[in-house]
Amino acid sequence: MAAPLLQIRDLHKAYVLDGVTIQALRGIDLTVADGEFVAIMGPSGSGKSTLMYILGCLDVADAGSYRLHDQDVTRMDADQLAALRNDEIGFVFQNFNLLPRTSALENVETPLIYAGVAKAERRRRAREALQRMGLGERLQHLPNQLSGGQAQRVAIARALVTQPSLLLADEPTGNVDSTTSAEIMHLLDTLNREDGLSIVLITHEQEVAAHAGRRLFLRDGQLEAQL
Amino acid sequence: MNWDSALHLALRALTRNKSRAMLTTLGVVIGVGSVIAMLGIGSGAQQRIAAQLESMGTNSLVIRPGSVTHGGVRTGAGGKRSLTREDADAIAELPDVLAVAPSVQTTNQVRYRGTNWGTVIHGVTPDYITVRSWPLAEGEFISQRHVLGASHVCLLGQTVARELFGLRSPLGESIVIKGMACQVIGVLAEKGATAWGADQDDAVFAPITTVQRKLKGITHITHIELVAADREASFRLLKEIKSLLRQRHRLREGQPDDFRMYNRAELAQTSEESARVFTWLLGSIASVSLLVGGIGIMNIMLVSVTERTREIGIRMALGARRGDILWQFLLEALVLSTTGGVLGVLLGLGGAMAVAHFSELPVNVTPGSVLVAFLFAGLVGVFFGLHPARKASQLRPIEALRYE
Repeated sequence: MAAPLLQIRDLHKAYVLDGVTIQALRGIDLTVADGEFVAIMGPSGSGKSTLMYILGCLDVADAGSYRLHDQDVTRMDADQLAALRNDEIGFVFQNFNLLPRTSALENVETPLIYAGVAKAERRRRAREALQRMGLGERLQHLPNQLSGGQAQRVAIARALVTQPSLLLADEPTGNVDSTTSAEIMHLLDTLNREDGLSIVLITHEQEVAAHAGRRLFLRDGQLEAQL
Repeated sequence: MNWDSALHLALRALTRNKSRAMLTTLGVVIGVGSVIAMLGIGSGAQQRIAAQLESMGTNSLVIRPGSVTHGGVRTGAGGKRSLTREDADAIAELPDVLAVAPSVQTTNQVRYRGTNWGTVIHGVTPDYITVRSWPLAEGEFISQRHVLGASHVCLLGQTVARELFGLRSPLGESIVIKGMACQVIGVLAEKGATAWGADQDDAVFAPITTVQRKLKGITHITHIELVAADREASFRLLKEIKSLLRQRHRLREGQPDDFRMYNRAELAQTSEESARVFTWLLGSIASVSLLVGGIGIMNIMLVSVTERTREIGIRMALGARRGDILWQFLLEALVLSTTGGVLGVLLGLGGAMAVAHFSELPVNVTPGSVLVAFLFAGLVGVFFGLHPARKASQLRPIEALRYE
């Protein structure tokens, strides 16, 4: 049997905030298979974001192991992690995190620049990704000219343009109204079901989490399965 | 690393804040401009000094008789009657001596019709104008035949010609020196003042023999001037001539020299050295302003890194390596500094031309100084851009992403 997409064993992470050490994660075990859609839930301050940053290779754990596609992430240096993020992971953030004063097309192109893709190819792939998100008419729009739903779809296009094996979504519907929220969740459902995209979603909303195939609850730095 | 898009990124970041970028560049423009203008002025001064020295004959040596003491009164240099034309002939035999000009000098009134003028009479040989590299304005110079015959001929310096003849040509006219009629066979070109202010054109030139016998009644000479092949040779000849003359004058060990030597190359070296120091001084003062321009770049880049912390975080999340971020900001600093460099070169050239136009100062902008100033500007960009760029690239992704 092939190795799972990601496998985490006994992961610990503490951070210091205003002089107080906070044990955010205390022994997380998590395995996600290729093509899975997993939701991680928890109240604010439960360590959801910390876990998300570690899963996304933006931060490293204090202890425990993390294997992504059978690569040992815990042993990687900053540049290897950057290459891994570029190659394997697509991010969708709550506040979109689009590059300001940069067109939708160029935003989507950016990860391809760091992947070393040639300009013409970059343009083509970015345009295609935006068209798939129904934004073919808004290639040259700047982030502040887009609605929340459109901005989040640009972010999703940008996350998917490198064809990552994992989409990490951190409260993707946190900054949009309920209609747009439903739209975005429908989009994620489709991507998971039709393209087999693996998704790890972090949210505190029950109805958002309901879209996932599996729901986990983060409490006191540990994960519990929730039915 | 994708240079094309990195450069594109840097340019766009700068054009977003046009006035900020322009003001930052201005610091470098002024720095580079002043370095180029200052080096140009310094180098111009250097050239002018070199040209003056050239007209004096830089590789030349002057030998004069030593002083003599009469009952406790010392005459000063030239008092001795120790130098002869035979000494000059012997010196001419030495290797690396290009030309030798023995001469005698006397001060006399010269008269032409109603006017008269007190001036220096140089008794010289045909080689004199070669040694002094002094061209003729009109007529001809003293020939060997004139010297052998102690002919009553003379040439006038420009000042004497003007004082006695005004605007008329003195050629073929007869002037009277100490009762001796002399036919004017030529006029020397304008030579100007010496570095110490003596008017070299206030002089009359006659055959050495004529002055020796008919004006002074002497057989010795008062000057030997010679030109060496090059500057090194002039220093070497100083020693060789010293021992040659001591031997010819039968001076025993311990007896002082009965002649003195002056090396113009020494003077030339000192003047050139001080001109060089002057250039360096101007250049280094100007470099300070370039340095200040560099600090301006660093300042604005640090602001830019802080402002764009979140952008850096996003780029890192999208897969930018540390090197990508480093180069993004370093390229911005480089674009600022090299743009400043190019504009500064133009400003420097313009400034140098303006100085040359409105003042008497000679200006000489060399391609070398332009290149040095431009490279220095680039270096300033790297040096002062590196710290902010490193700071950006060392940011931790999550901290940059969370930055508000």
